[in-house]
Amino acid sequence: MHELAITESILSIAEQSALENQGKKVTDIYLVIGQLSSIVDDSVQFYWDHISQGTVCEGATLHFDRRPAVLRCNTCHHQYPLGEILQPCPNCQSVDIYIEEGEELLVHHIDILKEET
Amino acid sequence: MPQRVEIVKRIMDSNDRLAQNNQALLDQHQIYGINLMASPGAGKTSFILETIKRLPANIKLGVIEGDTAPVTIDADKIVAAGMPAVQINTGGDCHLDANMIEMALAELPLEELELIIVENVGNLICPASFQLGTHANVLIASVPEGDDKPYKYPNIYRGLDVLIINKIDLTPYIDFRMDYFTQGVEMLNPGLKTFPVSAKTGEGFDAWIYWLTEKVKAK
Ligand SMILES: Nc1nc2c(ncn2[C@@H]2O[C@H](COP(=O)(O)OP(=O)(O)OP(=O)(O)O)[C@@H](O)[C@H]2O)c(=O)[nH]1
Ligand SMILES: [Mg+2]
Ligand SMILES: [Zn+2]
Repeated sequence: MHELAITESILSIAEQSALENQGKKVTDIYLVIGQLSSIVDDSVQFYWDHISQGTVCEGATLHFDRRPAVLRCNTCHHQYPLGEILQPCPNCQSVDIYIEEGEELLVHHIDILKEET
Repeated sequence: MPQRVEIVKRIMDSNDRLAQNNQALLDQHQIYGINLMASPGAGKTSFILETIKRLPANIKLGVIEGDTAPVTIDADKIVAAGMPAVQINTGGDCHLDANMIEMALAELPLEELELIIVENVGNLICPASFQLGTHANVLIASVPEGDDKPYKYPNIYRGLDVLIINKIDLTPYIDFRMDYFTQGVEMLNPGLKTFPVSAKTGEGFDAWIYWLTEKVKAK
């Protein structure tokens, strides 16, 4: 359900950027979404189709660049994916690990059509 | 031809900016703020009530109660315990955000308060993404929920400043492996400050109240 708030925020970032760049239409929006941000693509798309109507972003395609969570072991420096459930380092069983990637939640770039000049 | 515009902007930015304003308002009134998160029924309201009972008399606490439905049960309990409370009905939303807190703060007597506790909506996923502007993110995990929660809901454990393990009076009846649980927490948030308590028996509250009192005094 927090996807509605997320989607509204995506819309306002894209609208703002279109305005600043004299865009008359936004055609594509590229998002970077880490696994740990717990965002469900389908529901963002669902809200998007509703709330983008009547804005410069109407009809824009959302692109989801999903980044899986990547963990790294502090003991042996082995790198491994988070998977479904958190696990100690599969190489040395250490629990001294850190999250290297997977917490992103960004609007990376957009494609716009400019005003005719 | 469409033209590419680089943005690279955090989607949570606008919420986080409002959260910073909230924190500035709390700081201006020298109020320490806590965002209390947990699953439904973990014991958030019981924990707040027990905290009220044990706080030094000179610390006045205000409570913001978030609920998905227009029920004031939790807020009524706080008021009955003698502290001001504001109810936020999120209208079905699964989390509180900084904007809702801004509105709630306007309804609390900030000049009189030293401490504000926000009881977030019972949920382990959504509240984790929304900073409120409080000084500490606190999670209550309760023993009956099971010892695997950090493994299944890593995100909420990442952003925590304090962890409360509630309902420890029930450990004799439940297969809750404390070492397995804390190992998961340690992987996600090394060295996290943790208080095992029972809001029913009051066990463990002395350490929590001591920690809290120090934080409030430092404001
Ligand atoms: N045995 C035991 N029961 C507890 C403890 N803390 C809370 N409870 C019980 O757990 C139930 C839920 O407690 P609440 O304080 O309402 O939990 P909550 O997290 O505020 O619940 P919601 O606001 O509905 O999400 C109640 O029946 C409490 O009496 C505890 O430490 N031990
Ligand atoms: Mg409650
Ligand atoms: Zn290792």
